Amino acid sequence: MLKINNLQVKLEEEDKQILKGVDLEVPAGAVHAIMGPNGSGKSTLSYVLSGRDGYEVTGGGASLDGADLLELEPEERAAAGLFLAFQYPVEIPGVGNMTFLRTAVNAQRKARGEDEMSAAEFLKFIRAKAKDLKIDADMLKRPVNVGFSGGEKKRNEILQMAMLEPKMCILDETDSGLDVDAMKLVSEGVNALRDEGRSFLVITHYQRLLDHIKPDVVHIMAAGRIVKTGGPELALEVEHNGYADILAELA
Amino acid sequence: MGLPDTANTKENGTRRLPASGAWAKSAREDARARLAAVGMPVRRDEYWKYTRPDTLVADAAAPAAVFDHAGEVPLYDTIDRLKIVFVDGVFDAAASDPLELAGVEIERLEQAGQADIHWAKDVYGVLETRGQDPVLRQLATLNTAYAPDGVLIRVTGQAAKPVSLIYRHEDETSDAMLHHVIRLEPGADLTLLENGPSAARFNKVMEVDVGDGAAFHHVRAQGRDHERRAVTHVFARLGKESTFKSFTMTVNGRLTRNECVIEFTGDDAVAHVAGAAMGDGDFHHDDTVFVTHDAVNCESRQVFKKVLRNGATGVFQGKILVKAGAQKTDGYQKSQSLLLDDDAQFFAKPELEIYADDVACSHGSTSGAIDEEALFYLRSRGVPEILATDLLVLAFLADAIEEIENEEIADDITARLDAWLQRHRS
Repeated sequence: MLKINNLQVKLEEEDKQILKGVDLEVPAGAVHAIMGPNGSGKSTLSYVLSGRDGYEVTGGGASLDGADLLELEPEERAAAGLFLAFQYPVEIPGVGNMTFLRTAVNAQRKARGEDEMSAAEFLKFIRAKAKDLKIDADMLKRPVNVGFSGGEKKRNEILQMAMLEPKMCILDETDSGLDVDAMKLVSEGVNALRDEGRSFLVITHYQRLLDHIKPDVVHIMAAGRIVKTGGPELALEVEHNGYADILAELA
Repeated sequence: MGLPDTANTKENGTRRLPASGAWAKSAREDARARLAAVGMPVRRDEYWKYTRPDTLVADAAAPAAVFDHAGEVPLYDTIDRLKIVFVDGVFDAAASDPLELAGVEIERLEQAGQADIHWAKDVYGVLETRGQDPVLRQLATLNTAYAPDGVLIRVTGQAAKPVSLIYRHEDETSDAMLHHVIRLEPGADLTLLENGPSAARFNKVMEVDVGDGAAFHHVRAQGRDHERRAVTHVFARLGKESTFKSFTMTVNGRLTRNECVIEFTGDDAVAHVAGAAMGDGDFHHDDTVFVTHDAVNCESRQVFKKVLRNGATGVFQGKILVKAGAQKTDGYQKSQSLLLDDDAQFFAKPELEIYADDVACSHGSTSGAIDEEALFYLRSRGVPEILATDLLVLAFLADAIEEIENEEIADDITARLDAWLQRHRS
């Protein structure tokens, strides 16, 4: 599904190397987690994969089902099946949540040569998905993320994911700013989407999210590289001992 | 710096005063005398610092190509309304509905102006004159003196349906003036719609006297013939517990100066004036607003949004004057521009002048580019960049469009703006 090969990335505006050769492969249907200390390059990886400006790829590559991601515009990556759940979802005053979602769903369908969804079909579809995430009609009417609580914003991200039905989902610190109940709700939303044709890359600081979204593989990222890969037990090890032991081991 | 000849007042190349009887004649003579004393605006006038008046005061109008409106998104099409059509400033009886509407008296200035006694006498040129202090608005005085026609609307109750003034432009060299007078008797209610490019050069004045407890809703779409020029003035006087709401959409036009002068004379009244303007290239749009609070507990809002690119220029001059004793005034002005490239310009001059001590007045003026974060967010969800940009532009204009109370009309306006965006994709 997702193949990242020796990916090297620096900031566009300054001479600062962030990713120093990341290798990662997430097969179809798998859930991989990336953990790591602050500044290790986790969020940068998610932004570079989704096509945000401000980064320069200096080496290596990344592909989704064989398509070279780095050659595509952000919207083309989305249409190819990539989805990033933002750590800080963006507020867009003046654009209704519903309008936004319908525009996005239909733009992707159009890009894939599929028929656009009618207003009635869309309404039925979104109501069912919203109900599962306890998103009420008011939240759908309001401008995108404006005045949403931290938990509402994250639930809205998962709603978008459920509506767009991507192949490859990257969750960037989806647990940040969530209380226990909200984390449970969000995790249930993610788990409902788990499917043999859909893969997840879950970026997090903390093991507790991985209690709810159980990963197949855990990677530890530090200083712009994947430094260790293991099973779910690796997350528990981090939880107990912090990153210091792992980093010391490598030094 | 002569007075412009206007096509609809010109006869054998000489300027002539429209024929009129006692009441209109004296108002026009008074205006001519006032004009002779002050002259026309010139470039060095502070009030014309950002907009050059020369093409508006020149003897002749510069020609403006007539735009082909075939395929245009229809405006107000679903609204049941009384249509009054002017072609290049000349009343078109065949295209207009009969001037009959329950709750409303409608006459044409050209005819009613010849009467000896008329209700419009207390408004025509009267509100315009009040609006000359403390800043001169000579082009409005010129209009009072020379406008040959316009509509006189007296609303005595709830107007059965909106009155719709349609201004067609068919003559490339037309130079038109219209002067409308609207009086809402206490408790009356009227929605006035305006649309169309009007003329190559258009000078329009509208005086609106809003009686106690009356409500006036105004939605205007200034036509998009690329080369047209227009100067318009709205003078409104608000009685106790009255409501005045005005929204203007402007797309294209080489030069537009819209002045709105509002005076609160009765307590507990509300006035909102809003505008959404979009310009690409040779476009200069000026919103000049002056709100005078001379009553207690009144609310005024100015919400002006401009989307500019490719050398287009936007101007906002907005003032709130709170006179001594106008306590509990709640005044706010917002003027924002979205600059879609480095060549667009926006000049904003927000002013507050306050002589009462228990008031809440503020202003917010910004100019900026498209929010890159929001753009990326939309694109990351699969929305193509062009579509995402259009969405953000409409979102930027939303505050102003929300000032239109009738949702159907607001949707029409949004559709027009969207169509403009689609035509002007870079």
